[in-house]
Amino acid sequence: MELTSEKEPKMLIVTVQEARIDAASALQFKDEIRRVTEGGVDPVLLDLHHVEFIDSSGLGAIVAAMKHLAPERQLVLAGFTPTVEKVFKLTRMDTVFSIFSRVEDGIAALQRKEA
Amino acid sequence: MALTPVLAPFDIQVDSSEIAVRDALAQVLIGLGPLDLDIEEAGTVELVLAEALNNIVEHAYGPDDHTGTIKIGCYHQSNGIHLRIEDDGVMMPEGKLPLGRPQDLEGDMMDLPEGGFGWFLIQDLAKDVCYERVGDSNRLDLRLAIALGDAD
Repeated sequence: MELTSEKEPKMLIVTVQEARIDAASALQFKDEIRRVTEGGVDPVLLDLHHVEFIDSSGLGAIVAAMKHLAPERQLVLAGFTPTVEKVFKLTRMDTVFSIFSRVEDGIAALQRKEA
Repeated sequence: MALTPVLAPFDIQVDSSEIAVRDALAQVLIGLGPLDLDIEEAGTVELVLAEALNNIVEHAYGPDDHTGTIKIGCYHQSNGIHLRIEDDGVMMPEGKLPLGRPQDLEGDMMDLPEGGFGWFLIQDLAKDVCYERVGDSNRLDLRLAIALGDAD
């Protein structure tokens, strides 16, 4: 499970460089996101545009990541592909997260936010 | 005169492990290739099957038992794609299908569920979901109302 991170003004962008967050990779995802976000203070934008498939284990891992960063740091999700969007909608998790279909829109929203 | 089915029925078999689940999903999607599913439809098949298979790996066999096998049978009819998933692991609790209720997302963020979505997704996306304990095996049948009307 490869995650890359990029420091931007007012946010840390974490990009999932894999096509799946599933039962086989959920644990690694949780470990990696803790590692790349360690020590920071800014909100985290999770760029999921490479992720074509997520199952309920992957969804649970993203929820765990949000809880890990809360309450100080917000986790914003961006770059939803159709199957990822479907899982969030069906489970109504789309009502819990800040979600932007396009990564640029998520970045713009975080930049507009007062620190 | 009966038309030739678009898709010949097929079976696959994999060992019980999280990585083998990926292999099984890929094999089933390749097998369904002749139906020419769009991204949305293929996503539904993959999601339902992934949840059913993950459940077998995690609960029927348990995370340490990689010796179990999982069989998946697939055929296509005019009312959709039919899947039969079989394993020789432990029985479902009380021998019944879990209810698959939606999770409660009200209340504090720290109390949000990190699991328990699997059966809800299966029940929501699949039709005619039926579980039966047959001898020492579990048998789950379900239908996905996808690729309708162009078989039989």
